[in-house]
Amino acid sequence: MATVDTHVPGAAPAAARRSVVWDLMTTVDHKKIGILYGVSALVFLLIGGLEALIMRIQLSRPENDFISADLYNQLFTMHGTTMVFLVGMPIAVAFFNYIVPLQIGARDVAFPRLNALSFWIFLFGAIFMNASFFVGQAPNGGWFGYANLTSRTYSPGLNIDFWALGLQALGVASIMGGINFVTTIINLRAPGMRLMRMPLFTWMAFITSFLILTALPVLAVALFLLTFDRFWGTLFFSTTAGGDPMLWQHLFWLFGHPEVYILILPAFGMISEVIPTFSRKPLFGYAVMVYSGALIGLIGWGVWAHHMFATGMGPIADAYFTISTMIIAIPTGVKIFNWIATMWGGSVRLNTAMLYAIAAVATFTMGGVSGVMHATSPHNLQQTDTYFVVAHFHYVLLGGLVLGLFGGLYYWYPKITGRFMNERLGKISFWFYFLGLHLTFLPMHWTGLLGMPRRVFTYSSELGLDTLNLMSTVGGFVQAVGVLLLFVNVFRSLKSGERAGRNPWGAATLEWATESPPVEHNFQKIPTVHSREPLWLERERIEADAFGPAEPMHMPPSSYWPIVTAAGVVGTFALFLVPVWWAPLPGFAWTFIGVLNWAYEPTH
Amino acid sequence: MAANSAVAHRTSTGLDSWKLGFWVFLGSETLFFGSLISTYMVYKNESVVGPFPTEILNIPLTSVSTFVLLMSSLAMVIALDAVQRGKRAGSLFWIMAVIALGALFIGFQAYEFTHFYHEGLTLQTNLFGSSFFILTGFHGAHVTLGVIWLAILWLDALRGKLPPEKSLRLEIAGLYWHFVDIVWIAIFTLIYLIE
Repeated sequence: MATVDTHVPGAAPAAARRSVVWDLMTTVDHKKIGILYGVSALVFLLIGGLEALIMRIQLSRPENDFISADLYNQLFTMHGTTMVFLVGMPIAVAFFNYIVPLQIGARDVAFPRLNALSFWIFLFGAIFMNASFFVGQAPNGGWFGYANLTSRTYSPGLNIDFWALGLQALGVASIMGGINFVTTIINLRAPGMRLMRMPLFTWMAFITSFLILTALPVLAVALFLLTFDRFWGTLFFSTTAGGDPMLWQHLFWLFGHPEVYILILPAFGMISEVIPTFSRKPLFGYAVMVYSGALIGLIGWGVWAHHMFATGMGPIADAYFTISTMIIAIPTGVKIFNWIATMWGGSVRLNTAMLYAIAAVATFTMGGVSGVMHATSPHNLQQTDTYFVVAHFHYVLLGGLVLGLFGGLYYWYPKITGRFMNERLGKISFWFYFLGLHLTFLPMHWTGLLGMPRRVFTYSSELGLDTLNLMSTVGGFVQAVGVLLLFVNVFRSLKSGERAGRNPWGAATLEWATESPPVEHNFQKIPTVHSREPLWLERERIEADAFGPAEPMHMPPSSYWPIVTAAGVVGTFALFLVPVWWAPLPGFAWTFIGVLNWAYEPTH
Repeated sequence: MAANSAVAHRTSTGLDSWKLGFWVFLGSETLFFGSLISTYMVYKNESVVGPFPTEILNIPLTSVSTFVLLMSSLAMVIALDAVQRGKRAGSLFWIMAVIALGALFIGFQAYEFTHFYHEGLTLQTNLFGSSFFILTGFHGAHVTLGVIWLAILWLDALRGKLPPEKSLRLEIAGLYWHFVDIVWIAIFTLIYLIE
């Protein structure tokens, strides 16, 4: 093929003239898209965190009137939706983007322009959903959007429309991302990078992508049914016509429980990279770690109705979902023990990244234990809709996901920026965040068991929970200090951080066989891999390839069609808010033109 | 294999990434249609007012339209063969045949939908109407998209821009087409034939 040119980054004179903004708008580089995802997710983390703090102020004392019940509904809905779809998933995808191609020895993902399209649809969809605050009608039906509360009859405003349409757009972006990463990981591995040599983080990205591909279409259908009910009067969730609100719950949780593992498995992957590196030992039981991750993904598809014990499904369904949910604790427990066994006898280095990883293992385990308590269906009836549940899922999501991600951030920051984050500030912010987390959510186990209901904007002093609630509020602000210090560290270290070399931690995996930050094409020559720990066992050979003379290669050119097409896709969804039947047609036309130009754009 | 093409196109499995990625997409689509079909099945016999499926579904007519769609898949196979062998006239004829048969299927569906509307079955009538129109409507939208896609490829073929080395473009459209066809077989069996 006559498409080969020796591309030296920076050699193209046009590249120098382009402004930074235009460059980011048209980039198809997986590393830049990863950074775009990461920065967006961190901004939404601030927004979602602010929503949580406002709720905690409202709940700091009984009978408080800091905000109205209506605003409270909007805040808890958008807090949940934001943290799941605009923080948890995109921040994982940010690391998939940046790290996975490096770890498997690829120059980019399989479909670079599709990757850009995913990002822009995500960003526009996220902005669209949050724009609802400016018209005072943010989604208010909970992140689970239970029908028929969310039907037009009971939720007449635009609130749920913003939610359903925005979420649909985000789902499209996620599915495209899933296709991209499955294809990339199957097809673009370096020579010798067999599946069972892939780093654990790449493995978890692979499994997560499969979960995205299977779970998100189910959510898409649920949202379509709801949207058709709301806009065109179908009867899916109309009880008078024989419709069954349970259908929504089944579809939603068929998506929703795999979603839990979509959120947690990437963090498991990061922990599995950090702990071996700072224990100076290969991961204990690599193969079992892979299989247990796959098992979690698989069994995760068979436990959804444990979210629905209170609906009265009958003893057989209750028993089945109790047992399947408890079984999932086995592969999860295997992971916990393997992480501990990895540290056992290793020369452990307790820097910030490692502190986060260890804290994640410990805190996630606590959340896992209360999870097994919920799994027992009779027990569940006592806990459902109380703060005990809130305590549980914040222990697994903040304890597992956020602590793991922050650990990953400290770990890979030197690779991404070429500089270390400040360790002293890092440890201070770690302790604020870690202690704040437990101060917030540990008391919720008690408030929940003592009868404090979720999603209610205030409570009576007679419950006797004033002090425990105040503790949670104080804890929330302590966490906020930790997060703000982390942000300060991220920004300050960009300029003043100590310079990091190619492999500052002495890690074993292939992403460390690149410059920090990596050059556009990642590796001068794609190295051939012979082991699971290439930089520990075959460093000279790998580095001779990765930093040696460049091989002929072809890098995809930048393109503005992804952002144009994304505007069309999200614009089409947004135009459904306009109450005339032809309103979305310009959106469809725009999208069609975008796709057509995309298809015929030369990529060589 | 020439070293140059190895640089541009080497993949771990030897499969083209577009083809692999498209298979992955179709896997995801299976869950989409699976959920829609499940919704229909869950609401089967749950409508509180008519018209009911047994009163209104026209099996002979839909058998004909199903046959049309199946034949379009056959035409697709022949079209791909013609493109791969570089036979220009055959390519143009058979791609157009797929388009025509696909459009005819959509025509049948349009007729069916209008007929049902006159019989008093709409999206808002009962659960059968809601779930039937949504399921078959999404399928019909997929067929329509396929027809547009093939029309674009036909125009390329007309301008001589679909040579054998680019036959993968038609092959991927073909994967999509056959998938949509298979989904219809499931819909036809579950919604029209059973009971």
